[in-house]
Amino acid sequence: MSEQAVLTGEHFMTGDEAAAEGGLAAGCRFFGGYPITPATEVTEVMAKRLPGVGGVFIQMEDEMASMNTLLGAAWGGMKSMTSTSGPGFSLMMENLGLGIITETPCVLVNVQRGGPSTGLPTLVGQQDMMQAKWGSHGDYEIIALAPSSPQEAFDFTIHAFNFSEQYRLPVLLMMDESVGHMFEKVVIPKAEDIKLVPRRITKDKPADYLPFKPDDDLVPPMIEFGEGYRVHITGLTHDEKGYPVINAEAQQPLVRRLCEKITKNADKIYMYDERELDDAEVVVISYGITARIAQQVVNECRAEGKKVGHLRLITCWPFPEPIVRKLADRIKGFVVPEINLGQMSLEVERVAGRGIPTICVPNAGGEVHNPEDIHAVIREVLK
Amino acid sequence: MFRPSKHIREKYLEEEMWPSIFCQGCGIGTVMNATLRAIDKVGLDIDQTIFVSGIGCSSRVPGYLDADGLHTTHGRAIAFATGVKLANPELTVIVFTGDGDMAGIGGNHFIHAARRNVDLTVICVNNYNYGMTGTQVSPTTPVGGITMTSPYGNVESPFDLSALAIGAGAAYVAKWATMYPHEMMTAIKKGIEKKGFAFIETLAACPTGYGRKNKMKEGKDHMLWCKENTIGKSRYERLSEQEQNSCGKIVIGELRNIEKPEFTAEWSKLVEQHYME
Repeated sequence: MSEQAVLTGEHFMTGDEAAAEGGLAAGCRFFGGYPITPATEVTEVMAKRLPGVGGVFIQMEDEMASMNTLLGAAWGGMKSMTSTSGPGFSLMMENLGLGIITETPCVLVNVQRGGPSTGLPTLVGQQDMMQAKWGSHGDYEIIALAPSSPQEAFDFTIHAFNFSEQYRLPVLLMMDESVGHMFEKVVIPKAEDIKLVPRRITKDKPADYLPFKPDDDLVPPMIEFGEGYRVHITGLTHDEKGYPVINAEAQQPLVRRLCEKITKNADKIYMYDERELDDAEVVVISYGITARIAQQVVNECRAEGKKVGHLRLITCWPFPEPIVRKLADRIKGFVVPEINLGQMSLEVERVAGRGIPTICVPNAGGEVHNPEDIHAVIREVLK
Repeated sequence: MFRPSKHIREKYLEEEMWPSIFCQGCGIGTVMNATLRAIDKVGLDIDQTIFVSGIGCSSRVPGYLDADGLHTTHGRAIAFATGVKLANPELTVIVFTGDGDMAGIGGNHFIHAARRNVDLTVICVNNYNYGMTGTQVSPTTPVGGITMTSPYGNVESPFDLSALAIGAGAAYVAKWATMYPHEMMTAIKKGIEKKGFAFIETLAACPTGYGRKNKMKEGKDHMLWCKENTIGKSRYERLSEQEQNSCGKIVIGELRNIEKPEFTAEWSKLVEQHYME
């Protein structure tokens, strides 16, 4: 990889810029974008940088189109990426589903702002977390990562690309406005130190190749267009050959496999950060910008002698059920601050069950939490 | 004469998928036939030819071909095709679409791809209605046309798709009808050879849908309708201005063929200027 693609060294940059640089470092050479606050800077960096690395940038007419170009470019043989925020994320839901059913690797960065609708274009929100999982119609599983710093925006964009290639699906980087617009030090490693998962190109000859016949890990190897494989890729329910088959016999195994390739490999996908969990009586679960406020609160609690731990979600989807279930068996309760009125807290509650309280610290958006609000709920649970 | 010959059949069709879902008398088969013959005439390497479609009857065409194909979401085929073409400009990318798919839900993608002049060949089967869902009013349904969602006659003005393509900046635009398969094939051939956005509109019969409700129950009825209601471009141009204004006919033929900078070529130039080893 050329030196220009990987800006090895120490930088002072925003989360948005870091996500773009992470994409380039991961080998992304196609970006289809559409301007939207607070994600526009990702698009602008890509517009400036891609010609220099021999890539393609195109500003499309809307977010539906940009998502579609990603899928087209992936089948054309490129690693592709886009960025957006709430309103654009809603428009991308249609073709996120197409990416899921056609098993097309690509990365979508959502720099979340306050909603619903136009809401708060310039101010923070974490309100698209459930949309990420459930926003496109039909059953599917997704991989979504939440960075808490510009450094993680860089690192996790690379993880996102690797997951997308490993499991063949669109992967979401669920950033938020605060991380997106925050300037911090970002260390970019040498190109040779960045581990990249290559596209899973089939070794079969065209005559033997079935485009949707999975390997043992339930993921089928891929091809690029123009190589003589003559594959048909459709959003309709299809068989292993890829051609439409409109009946329950085809639907049942296809949709189950699309979900199971994530759920059955989830142990290899889960990413989270455990802080002071060993003796914790109360565990704060958070992600993104909120994790930084939550950690401050946990530190204060520890200084006061309170047994409080912190589980920071990195993969919000798949939701790391095993660790949450394990904690639920022995702690007094979960406290879940998030910049929405209760989304990932529903997932915590589902996994934790009714035996202990799961209390959301809601925040409708526009600003991060006041640490005292989280503190007050922890005190309540410890009582 | 225009049934697929053995040569065309064996070379381009995915035999397992036949018979097709198309109704008796449907115009799509003729358009497909003309397209495959055009591809054959150009001598395209089918392994380097990608067929992209959206949703609707005409969008099912790639599913019957033995070639790389993408059957995408409603209206989005052109945006999808743009991604394929940009990722690998060596590929020939052909879009199959219909009036509802392309000019209704996908209208924005259509005009912007024409404006950018991306090297795509877009073949639109205009049968004046949403056929797959059972005959609903479309952006090209004539005024007064009866459909399930215009049961008292359409009160909206239809789009002239070719005029729209010209206005948006397409490099090549032709309008034909399924009753002129040879001319249609020539237009598709020229469209494929055109370095730029090529749009071929084909007026087509939908006997079981629009036709049944509008006194064109059989394929041949649409042919007769076309004969009465279309006029060749060169003949039209020979008419006086007054005659042109009063003839009320659809002008068919090669409506535009110009040279202009094409997107992928321009992008390559830009990359050459900025690429750093």
